Amino acid sequence: MNLEQRALTETDKVKKSKLLTALACRFRMEILEVLHAKQTGHWGGASSACELVTALYFHRMRIDPAHPEWDDRDRFILSKGHASMLLYTVLAHRGYFSPALLGTFRDIDSSLQGHPCMKKTPGVDMSTGALGHGISVGVGMALAARIHRKDYQTYVMVGEGCLDEGQSWEAIMSAAKFKPEGLTVLVDNNGVQLDGTSDEIMPISPLEDKFQAFGWNVLPKTYDGNNMDEILESFDALDRATSWPKVVVYRTVKGKGVSFMEGKNTWHGAPIDDTSFELAKPELEKAYKRALAEVR
Amino acid sequence: MGETMRDSYGKYLAQLGAVRNDIVVLDADVSSSTKSIYFAKAFPDRFFNVGVAEANLADIAGGLATAGLRPVVNAFAIFLALKSTDQIRNVLAYNELPVVLVGAYGGLSDSFDGASHQSLADIAIMRAIPGLEVLVPADADEMKRALDYALDRNGPTYLRLTRNEAPNLSEKFGERSAGLDIRKIRVLRQGSDVTIAATGMCVAMAGRAAESLASQGISAEVLDVTSIKPLDIDSLAISVAKTGHLVTAEEHSVIGGLGSACAEALAERGLPFSMRRVGVADCFTESGPYDRLLAKYGISAEAIARQAASLA
Ligand SMILES: Cc1ncc(C[n+]2csc(CCOP(=O)(O)OP(=O)(O)O)c2C)c(N)n1
Repeated sequence: MNLEQRALTETDKVKKSKLLTALACRFRMEILEVLHAKQTGHWGGASSACELVTALYFHRMRIDPAHPEWDDRDRFILSKGHASMLLYTVLAHRGYFSPALLGTFRDIDSSLQGHPCMKKTPGVDMSTGALGHGISVGVGMALAARIHRKDYQTYVMVGEGCLDEGQSWEAIMSAAKFKPEGLTVLVDNNGVQLDGTSDEIMPISPLEDKFQAFGWNVLPKTYDGNNMDEILESFDALDRATSWPKVVVYRTVKGKGVSFMEGKNTWHGAPIDDTSFELAKPELEKAYKRALAEVR
Repeated sequence: MGETMRDSYGKYLAQLGAVRNDIVVLDADVSSSTKSIYFAKAFPDRFFNVGVAEANLADIAGGLATAGLRPVVNAFAIFLALKSTDQIRNVLAYNELPVVLVGAYGGLSDSFDGASHQSLADIAIMRAIPGLEVLVPADADEMKRALDYALDRNGPTYLRLTRNEAPNLSEKFGERSAGLDIRKIRVLRQGSDVTIAATGMCVAMAGRAAESLASQGISAEVLDVTSIKPLDIDSLAISVAKTGHLVTAEEHSVIGGLGSACAEALAERGLPFSMRRVGVADCFTESGPYDRLLAKYGISAEAIARQAASLA
């Protein structure tokens, strides 16, 4: 069995967490490789959310890659669509399309657009790219479940920069009114946006209090979104929480895994030059090897 | 007084709600104005009032549409065009989602509220969005057919309505034949000297203009253009090839609306023709009674007749 199959089938929680960690480490390497090879795409926000998206697709979500349009599938909206390379990497290895396609990222005629396009890529539930749309669309998807009496879940991932958009708060307010069952927002709070840190560009704290004041069910703890044990713990907490809509704030590191790229807005979307790539690669390989050793 | 178009619309939408349970209706705190309130009262479980938040409005509709529902979005035309543009383009149109966008208070019809509420660029904006079709009905009968058509389309449609009483074209010109595609131009009156292509409230004006032109010995052909996009270029070209002259008439800026669409299409056909556009010049409008406002900003049967006579 490969790592993907092991992660999907493992039932022991401790082992599962380790398998998911190893998988996320491998995805991170693959993402960096493609972004370097293509000299285009966004590293920082892809890296910060790598554990989270891996856990969603290899553990949490009820999906069937053979039937990407299955009516009862759980939905995922990557509102911070610039992390497209992360979504594509996870979808490919989850079986939605061949990993061989990943190398065509952003090429002309490729099915892998710069930002996710649901019309072109199997498994993408909503096209994104312009920030601020995700929660609104998620409200609509979750309300459709209510009307159709379906029990699928709708997950929306936003960055804290994505929450600068006024529309995000229109959507947050409306979700508190309609209380759609199954709507969960996951905040990838890496504290850095395009131009600088969120504290510099647009301070967002106290984020949990804001959601609370807007009438959301906020998980009481802020989880480490780069730590698989904590992510799985947050999922358990989500299952215990009862009222809708729900939100989890994850503390993450932008550019996670490459020491000199971490927490720097300059690595939000800059092309990865050869020198930086050669320095970064061994760091990610080392982390992967360490994670693999845990699941031998 | 006949019924206002918004009332006919609201009642018809509620009627459709009874036979189609895939219809969901959304509004942004203007349901008493748009008249989606009839649907809201009849089907509260399929109605969502999102408050004064037009961006959120359009995107929630997008989410609903991904799961097979047929959302009908209601707001003032100007705010749909200006505050939901990103959502209409990047979520609804890009993903070919079957959402009907109903712009209430099109043109100058919200006359007393003034320039902030008058929608004179919506057609230009919507027309530039790929995959979005743009329909401007001229009376209640066309409104119903346009809504039927939009609800069955596999993509987003913009339906621009007027706030006020709509003329009853059927009385004068007969009903639009059931077989006639809403996207096709309807020839309301045959003529040989000049073509008048009109949309929305200007269609009835064009009919009156043709009558007064006839008394001056000018034979005008009147085209009722419900669909600005796609534009029925063939029918338009046949008429203009015959008359050699075109007057367009619309309750919209002369920039980017029906006049622009016709000029672009006919120029590419290489037809020799002269043209005048009746519409609001590139300026801001003001408050006032609807009829007087239309007249002041150059939209009237007289203005259409004058322009036509200057060409023919
Ligand atoms: C509407 C819109 N405005 C601007 C941008 C350009 N942009 C792309 S990413 C980004 C910053 C996003 O920050 P955040 O949501 O925190 O993402 P992350 O740090 O997780 O990558 C900006 C401004 C955009 N994609 N959409």
